[in-house]
Amino acid sequence: MTETGQSGGPSNRVVILGALSAIAIATARIYATERAALVLAGRNAERLRALADDLRARGASQVEIAAVDLEAAAADAPKHMADWKTKLGGLDHVHVIYGYLGEQAKASADPAELARIVSSNYATAVQWCEAAANIMRVQKRGSVVAVSSVAGDRGRQSNYAYGSAKGGLALYMQGLAHSLAPTGARAAVVKPGFVDTPMTDRMKKGGPLWASPDKVARIIRRSADRGGPIQYAPGMWRLIMLMIRSVPTFVFHKTKV
Amino acid sequence: MSTRFHSTDRLTSWGRIVRAPHFVARPGFTDEIARLVSSFSSDDPGLAVGLRRSYGDSNLNPGGRVIDMTGLDRLIYFDSDTGIMRAEAGVSLSQALQVLVPRGWFLPTTPGTRFVTLGGAVANDVHGKNHQSAGTFGASVMRLKLHRTDGRPQEIAPGDPLFHATMGGLGLTGVIEWVEFRAVRVSSSEIEAHDMPFEHISEYFDLAASTKDAYEHSMAWVDCMAGGTKIGRGIFTAGNWATHGTLTPHQEAPRRRVPMDTPGLVLGRLMVRSFNSIRHDLKSMRTGPYRQHYEQFLYPLDAIADWNRLYGSEGFYQYQCVLPPETARAGTLRLLEIIMASGQASPLAVLKNFGPNPPVGLLSFPREGTTLAVDIRNRGEETLELMAKLDGIVADAHGRLYPAKDGRAPPGLFHAGYPKWREFRAHVDPGLSSAFWRRVSA
Repeated sequence: MTETGQSGGPSNRVVILGALSAIAIATARIYATERAALVLAGRNAERLRALADDLRARGASQVEIAAVDLEAAAADAPKHMADWKTKLGGLDHVHVIYGYLGEQAKASADPAELARIVSSNYATAVQWCEAAANIMRVQKRGSVVAVSSVAGDRGRQSNYAYGSAKGGLALYMQGLAHSLAPTGARAAVVKPGFVDTPMTDRMKKGGPLWASPDKVARIIRRSADRGGPIQYAPGMWRLIMLMIRSVPTFVFHKTKV
Repeated sequence: MSTRFHSTDRLTSWGRIVRAPHFVARPGFTDEIARLVSSFSSDDPGLAVGLRRSYGDSNLNPGGRVIDMTGLDRLIYFDSDTGIMRAEAGVSLSQALQVLVPRGWFLPTTPGTRFVTLGGAVANDVHGKNHQSAGTFGASVMRLKLHRTDGRPQEIAPGDPLFHATMGGLGLTGVIEWVEFRAVRVSSSEIEAHDMPFEHISEYFDLAASTKDAYEHSMAWVDCMAGGTKIGRGIFTAGNWATHGTLTPHQEAPRRRVPMDTPGLVLGRLMVRSFNSIRHDLKSMRTGPYRQHYEQFLYPLDAIADWNRLYGSEGFYQYQCVLPPETARAGTLRLLEIIMASGQASPLAVLKNFGPNPPVGLLSFPREGTTLAVDIRNRGEETLELMAKLDGIVADAHGRLYPAKDGRAPPGLFHAGYPKWREFRAHVDPGLSSAFWRRVSA
C-alpha cells in the first residue's frame, strides 16, 4: 500500500496517542495489517489490553500499551516519547488522536470545562507533537500527524471553544510541517467532518456528509507518508469549509449553526 | 464516556418491511455490556443485534431497546497451529476471514454473506453450502460467554443445556460477549467448482444424491419461470477446496453500491439474463471444472452492497423452508408449481440438500432434507396469500421455516416445525425479546 507499508518491521514503528477512540482503532488496524510495531497510549489499561490482543491477532508485530492520562503526562512528553522509541527500537510515525468535545454552554459557564477543552485539544496536544517532532528532526525522517476537525475552520456559536482549540492545533501543525520540511521529516493535520462514531450518536446521521472511522483512518495513514500539511477527511470537506468560511458575517450571524 | 440508548427511526431488517422506532446503544468495549444488559427487564425487554442480515422480525424489537454489537469487534486470540479463534460477538465473518485465510484457515461453514457477526452466526446457527460435511456453525463452536439479565455472566460449552438453547436461539437466551470456534484448514483460497445443468426438479434430486459424496460444497439455482415439463430446471453448482494455490483473502473494499431503491424488475432481468446465458453455455460447451476464488463462489451477492434495495422501497420477503427426505420430492415440486403460477417470486430460487447431522441447537433450522429459498417482493395482501399457500404445503410435508428469514408465518407453523420450542422457552431470558418471539410465543 505504501513505501513503508507491507514489509513492516523496522520502518513501521508507530505511537498512537488516544488509542481507544473509534478513529484511532481503525488507524491502528491499518498498521496491524502492515505488521507494524505499535505503542497504544490511552487512559483505560483493560481496554488497551483488549485492543492490543486484537491488533496482534490481526498481524501487528509488536504492541505495547501505555496507560497514561495524556493531558497530565504531556509535561513529560519528551521523556515518554524517548521511552516509547526505545521500546519499539525506533520511531517512524506518531499520531495524536485524542481530544475532548465538551459542551459549549458548559464551557461558557464553567472555566474548568473551558480549560479542559483547550488543554485536551490544543495545549497538551502540541506538547506531544513537538516532542515527537524533535525526534523526527534529529533522525531526519518520520512523521507526526495530529487529528483536528473542520470545526476549527470557522468560529461558530455552538462550539467555538472546541473549534478554536482544534483550529489552533491545525495552525501549529502547519507551522511544524514548515519547520520540518528541510529535514526530510514531515508533519500533517487531518480534519475530519462528520464521523459515525459513538461520540456522535446523539446526532441524526446518514447521508453523504457522514464518513466511517475507516475512511478517516485511511486518510490519516496516508498522511503519515505523503500529501500536504492539511488534509480534510474526506477531501470534499475542503470545498465545503471554503464555502462556509466565505459566508459574509452579516449572513453568518443570522444562522444558528 | 458511558454508552446510552439513542432513539432512531432507521432500524430495519434485511427485508426492509418493518421500519420501527428503536432505542439503540452502540458499546465500543465489552466492559459496557453488563450495565446495558442489566438495564433490560421483562417489562421493557431488550435485544442484541449485529449486522441485521436476518430478513424478517427476529432482529427487531420495535419501540424497545437494542444493543448494536458491531462495535464489539475485537479478536481475542487466534492460534494458527490449532485454528482456534476467540473473538467478540460483533466481529464479522468477513473480518475473521481476513485473519484466517492468509494463515491457511477458513470458517468451518459460512452463509451466503460474509456480513454477519459471530453473534448472529450463533444466534441463527447458520449453515452453508457444506452443510453435509460440516453441519451448522454451532457444530464448531467450542465455548462462548453469555450475559443474562437475570444472572451473572457465564461461559458455556457443548453439553451445557443453555449452550444448546443458545445455538440458533435467536439472541433470546442472553447477550453473547464472545465466541470461540474451531476453523478448518485450507490449502488454497480457491474452489474447484463444477456447474451441472438439470432439466427438471426430479433431476435435481438425482444429481444431489449421486454427487453428495464427491463434493464438500453444493447448491442449485432454480428457474422459477419455467413450467410444465421444465419445472424446476436449473444449475447445480458444487465444488471442493483446491488442494494447492495461494492464500489470498477477499477484497474488503471497494464494492459496488446500490444508490437508490429500484423496482424489483431490474434485479429480475439481470438475474434471468445471466442465468440463461450460463445455462446456454453449459449445454453448448459442456464446460469442465473451473477454479474460483471463495469470494465469488461463496459470496456472489456480497459484491453488491445493499442489494436488498433492488427490491424496491416496499421491501421483500425471503421464503425459506426445509422439507424432510420423505416428502421433499413431492413437496418441493408442489412449492415450485405454486411459486411459478403466482408469477410473484424472484425468477431464481435456491435449492440445497442438508445432511443427516443432528442439530446442535434446540431451534436449529437445518435438518436432513431439502431446503428451498426464494425472494418475494412485498406486494401486500397478495404476497401474504401466496406465502400462506406455501405454508400449507410445508405443514403437510412436516417441514419448517427458517426464523432468520421469516417475518409473518403463523405461530402454529413454528410450533409444529420446532417440537423442542417449549424446551427452548424455558431457557429464554425474561429480559430479552424480539418482534419474532412475541409473535410466535404468544
